[in-house]
Amino acid sequence: MSGEHGVRATQAGHGVRATQAAIVLEDVTKEFVVRRRVGRVRRERTVVRAVESLSLTIGEGEMVGYIGPNGAGKSTTIKMLTGILVPARGTVRVGGLDPQRHRIATTRRVGVVFGQRSQLWWDLPLRDSFDLLRWVYRVAAERHRANLAAFVDLLDLGPFLDTPVRQLSLGQRMRGEITAALLHDPAMLYLDEPTIGLDVMSKARVRDFLTAVNRDRGTTVVLTTHDLDDVEQLCSRLVVIDRGRILHDGTVAEVRARFAPYRTLVVDLVDERARLALPNAVVVRSEGRRRWVRFHRDEASAAQVVAAIVAVADIVDLSVEEPDIEEVVRDMYLAGATA
Amino acid sequence: MGEVVARAAIYRRLVGARVRAEFQYRVSFAATVVSQCAATVLDMVAIVVLFTHVPVLAGWTLPEALFLYATSAVCFGLSDVLVGPAGKVNWFIKFGWFDRVLIRPLGTLGQLACDEFALRRIGKLIQPLVVLAIALATVPVDWTPLRVAAVPVLIASGTALFGGLWVLAGSASFWTLESQEVAHTFTYGGSYLTQYPLDVVSGWLRRVVVVVPLAFVNYLPAAWLLGKPEFVGVGRWAPVLSPLVAGCVVALAGLSWRTGVRHYRSTGS
Repeated sequence: MSGEHGVRATQAGHGVRATQAAIVLEDVTKEFVVRRRVGRVRRERTVVRAVESLSLTIGEGEMVGYIGPNGAGKSTTIKMLTGILVPARGTVRVGGLDPQRHRIATTRRVGVVFGQRSQLWWDLPLRDSFDLLRWVYRVAAERHRANLAAFVDLLDLGPFLDTPVRQLSLGQRMRGEITAALLHDPAMLYLDEPTIGLDVMSKARVRDFLTAVNRDRGTTVVLTTHDLDDVEQLCSRLVVIDRGRILHDGTVAEVRARFAPYRTLVVDLVDERARLALPNAVVVRSEGRRRWVRFHRDEASAAQVVAAIVAVADIVDLSVEEPDIEEVVRDMYLAGATA
Repeated sequence: MGEVVARAAIYRRLVGARVRAEFQYRVSFAATVVSQCAATVLDMVAIVVLFTHVPVLAGWTLPEALFLYATSAVCFGLSDVLVGPAGKVNWFIKFGWFDRVLIRPLGTLGQLACDEFALRRIGKLIQPLVVLAIALATVPVDWTPLRVAAVPVLIASGTALFGGLWVLAGSASFWTLESQEVAHTFTYGGSYLTQYPLDVVSGWLRRVVVVVPLAFVNYLPAAWLLGKPEFVGVGRWAPVLSPLVAGCVVALAGLSWRTGVRHYRSTGS
């Protein structure tokens, strides 16, 4: 599937629709030369491969979570998709353009948010940054006004539009950054750690907003993050990368099925002394009246396990726990490390 | 043409934003301007003190030497106001700010110059402009129309030369961030050297100032204007030679900047 150029059908939100590839990476390799001083003048030269033979196709209007540990090659990929970095080998296409040769044309189709670095004018009111960007990207006045009004409304920017950026809270600034990246109607939005350091409320607001932008404007979104809740709540597709290689490319559910086949049923029993001997599941933990019962998702359904428990003991309450995706990904890295 | 106007409008707004930001900190702005002004006064005082001991320095009198000093300082100050940030691109690379320049639909050099424009650098210009006015009034020159026209040409080409050196010095940091000390011997060092009649230098340094080409900033055109013998021996070609050399340096600087940015994008360091 990956590496395919033309039109393909993809599941995107409400039913099947034909989409064009928005982003294509084909056999892309990027390496850095790191010089380390050893002794007084001698220097050691090592080649670090940040990205290795990476192939990835992202359809128009897709929302993709791009995750991996530090140094996996996430930021390098984003920089290549923006035209900041040029690959050593391989092909990159963004909206049909080669960012290496057409940096400026690419910047018009792309919005970027670097969570750690601001692209706003630090000492000026937030409103001024938006106005300057209108000039920088040459957005027609009317279009700019409409976009800004929509974003101010959705992200509730009104109360701090006239506050200098340096005085904004992290959450307010991030809302400003995302708006700044979208004012020129880019077809592509890259977010590098957009929710880092945000409180629960701000995270929720940013996520709702990104969902709305993706749905209403058809913006293709690529999101790198450490926060797997971001991916779970936003992305239908998850790409896991480690040491420059793709470990997994599929839905969040597929990752679970492949790397976390076990689910856990938590039951509260009426009698805390009751013993559970089950044909299709194993009790992994027990605390007072509560039991954690683990079962394989292919071998039994939650209903079957519940039926088996009810056959031997009365229960007060129950819930099913999906494995924590963070643990799942950690397991994937470990599997990749030993492979 | 429309494109040029559109671009100028963008850059004008970027510069305007910087100036507004600077005025947020009025005290700091005033302090910087005053301290830079004081520093340039000291440069001039050194020259005046020198002339209390000798009436003539390598054939140049005090007003003539002040003319050299003032043209050097004005050209350097102007080039610093215009493209100074290019010489400090190593900072932008070090802290990752250069990426922000690359994600916008504008040229990197123009963006850096405008988006990092600092009006406070005019502090370096105030005093040299005053001295230039005094020197112009006191040097014994028969002001023919040609000689009058030569003054703005001198300032423009000197500014372009220093600007080219800033950009060349900055370009070096695309390859190695540690090159800045060496690179700035040509900018700051050049500014210092051109404040004095270059006749005071001898031997190999004379060849250096011709090649680098600091002698074209103000020494050769000033020698022609004031009717001084000069050691390069370009004679009456001096006033046209400086703009030509400046053009070459600017072209070379542009080329090295482009190559530098390309190198940065392929190495990311």
